Amino acid sequence: MNITQTLDAKGLACPMPIVKTKKAMDTLSTGDVLEVLATDKGALNDFKAWATAGGHTIVDQKEEAGVLYFYIQKA
Amino acid sequence: MEKKKTTIVLFSGDYDKAMAAYIIANGAAAYDHEVTIFHTFWGINALRKQEPVHVQKGFLEKMFAKMMPRGAEKLGLSNMNMAGMGPKMIKHVMNKHNALTLTQLIDMAQEQDIKLITCTMTMDLLGLQKEELLDGIEYAGVAAYLADAEDGNVNLFI
Repeated sequence: MNITQTLDAKGLACPMPIVKTKKAMDTLSTGDVLEVLATDKGALNDFKAWATAGGHTIVDQKEEAGVLYFYIQKA
Repeated sequence: MEKKKTTIVLFSGDYDKAMAAYIIANGAAAYDHEVTIFHTFWGINALRKQEPVHVQKGFLEKMFAKMMPRGAEKLGLSNMNMAGMGPKMIKHVMNKHNALTLTQLIDMAQEQDIKLITCTMTMDLLGLQKEELLDGIEYAGVAAYLADAEDGNVNLFI
């Protein structure tokens, strides 16, 4: 998987992870993959819902040492 | 694709309720919605400039201006306000959790092109003038709000 851009949203509280992700996503092109790092506990459901609403695909996600990693492919 | 719309009426002048409104608004903007916040009654105080502004006012208007909170950071809490202790405590906790203050949320909303509307009828009632409110906000009445709300997908009254 080619990661086009990484966004560090660790430590940010709702709604900032989504707001920053949206901003980063706007700069990318279709098919690009954005890696997002988040620690907000709501992120798991938030990113799923946000990606679905925008038609984007979460191609992979994982949790390591309390940090959530999302790999979102732009629609 | 036509954008979805979120419209919020902010009636309350409580810090916590205004925060909730602005968090939802910013989230909705990140959801690619067109977002409108219609401020009426006490909700207008969130948009007051924090510094005093000199404008011509009658006695009652001056009284109102003095008694109402001047700007977002002066708002009280809807619960546990404890004569102003509550807001101090919650801001301390918010800072610890990296949550944005109401002022920062309002800045973020303007940056995300959220339409901030102030109800001109209540402005008159409360004796507030445009010079006392933040720049970049719109002034309108119920019809302008309804125009956005009638094809809205999310509509809240806070």
